Amino acid sequence: MNHLHDALGTPTHVTPPALAALHTRLNGRLDAAARAWLDRSLDEAAAHPGTHGPISVWELRIAEAGRRCGPDHAEAARVLLLHAARADATTLVRVYRQGTADERRAVLQALPHLVPGPDALPIVEDALRTNDTRLVAAAVGPYAALHLDVHNWRHAVLKCLFTGVPVEAVADLPRRARADAELARMLADYADERTAAGRPVPQDLHHVLTLTEHPATPPGTDAPHGTDAPHGSDGKES
Amino acid sequence: MRIFDPHIHMTSRTTDDYEAMHAAGVRAVVEPAFWLGQPRTSVASFLDYFDSLLGWEPFRAAQYGIAHHCTLALNPKEANDPRCVPVLDELPRYLVKDHVVAVGEIGYDSMTPAEDTALAAQLQLAATYELPALVHTPHRDKLAGLRRTLDVVRESALPPDHVLIDHLNETTVKEAKDGGCWLGFSVYPDTKMDEERMVTVLQEYGPEKVLVNSAADWGKSDPLKTRKVADALLKAGFTEDDVDQVLWRNPVAFYGLSGRLDLDVAGTDATHEGNSILRGAPKTDPGTDPDTASKNRDTAPKAEPTTTEA
Repeated sequence: MNHLHDALGTPTHVTPPALAALHTRLNGRLDAAARAWLDRSLDEAAAHPGTHGPISVWELRIAEAGRRCGPDHAEAARVLLLHAARADATTLVRVYRQGTADERRAVLQALPHLVPGPDALPIVEDALRTNDTRLVAAAVGPYAALHLDVHNWRHAVLKCLFTGVPVEAVADLPRRARADAELARMLADYADERTAAGRPVPQDLHHVLTLTEHPATPPGTDAPHGTDAPHGSDGKES
Repeated sequence: MRIFDPHIHMTSRTTDDYEAMHAAGVRAVVEPAFWLGQPRTSVASFLDYFDSLLGWEPFRAAQYGIAHHCTLALNPKEANDPRCVPVLDELPRYLVKDHVVAVGEIGYDSMTPAEDTALAAQLQLAATYELPALVHTPHRDKLAGLRRTLDVVRESALPPDHVLIDHLNETTVKEAKDGGCWLGFSVYPDTKMDEERMVTVLQEYGPEKVLVNSAADWGKSDPLKTRKVADALLKAGFTEDDVDQVLWRNPVAFYGLSGRLDLDVAGTDATHEGNSILRGAPKTDPGTDPDTASKNRDTAPKAEPTTTEA
């Protein structure tokens, strides 16, 4: 990013390499008009961060990023705008609460780049309460890997399995799953429940169970849907 | 056949409806903010509803391959409740959102002074935020209501060709057309218009600037009425092109005035490069599990865990 000049005299705003790379990639994909809009908007955000008036100009730019950059590029543009505006946890909570689903996703994606501590966890927890898989997938990124407590993290992994979010979306999964006996138990119970219902066990479940390196009884291989074979009465504990 | 229902309250409908609509050819809908049957008592109730129209409802629609946009406003009925009116102060921050394609439904219910104020204020908001407006016409005293509506539109900063006058019928269509507005017709099982009368109106007035909607909601209504009108038009001798104009191109043109229409349904283009929205791939074997297949179709995200953009 080339708009690190600081009109307010606050400490130099360092761009993390991941965001610099994101900006480069985005620039390569935007047409000239969108690129000009983005450059102007990032400069504005850097020069006038914070809240002013009913809606800050940089927040307006976040709202309109879809129609300016195209829906495929809006998320990256929004992440860069949040960074340029030096949004802290309090600001991110507000932008998230006032955001559309797409804007909320961008806030979730920005968290690991903008918030060093656990202050923004309420955003992650809110997204994990939704049933919108776009939000759930964004919620289990690197910020959750670093800060989400173990109980909520296990439930997040299970929620991915329930809602069909591929567990590749779960950042740092091997490290956090390793030797997690409780997670292994939850996975095995879920597999039992699926099997009892004659439903297939998601392939991802086996994958995560392997990562726990826990010697739990491996659940059965994928049961074909519609089998009427009896599977006992387990799987009802939840 | 591709169908755009320009006025339907999907919040009140089931996933079975989405499935049937897609099967009938519906690929895009606009959901106007309206009354919920049970009166609201606070601004916060509106805000949750607006958030749903910008979050959860488009997600549900995308699961069935339908593009969902919304129009936001204080509806005429609740414009009479002082507990609800302050939502007008919240509207500006919503009207800048990407998927808001008009201000609406605004207009008259009982033609009170409070409704006059809300209508004029929201036509001004539409002009300010460069959006068209969806204007409901009243069920009672309809012709008088239409005339008063057209007067307020003429006095507003919004040009009439940015205004869709809805719930028209044989008694109101001519004056709305002469006023230079877009013409909306709601086709209902028992009230408003029906398919055959719609055919007659189109034979008389032609397909220009005419939009047909089901306005389906929590009342007795039918989300497939758009398709039924299309079939009736073809049967009556209208061409496929006429039908496409009324049921697709006209709504695209009207809501396209917002510059915010995105008809590329999320999830149908899994291989699209640069896709940062995790728009998702179709489930590999959607036939194996009906429970999760319906949940996952089109929206199960592709994992891109390490970057914010592909």
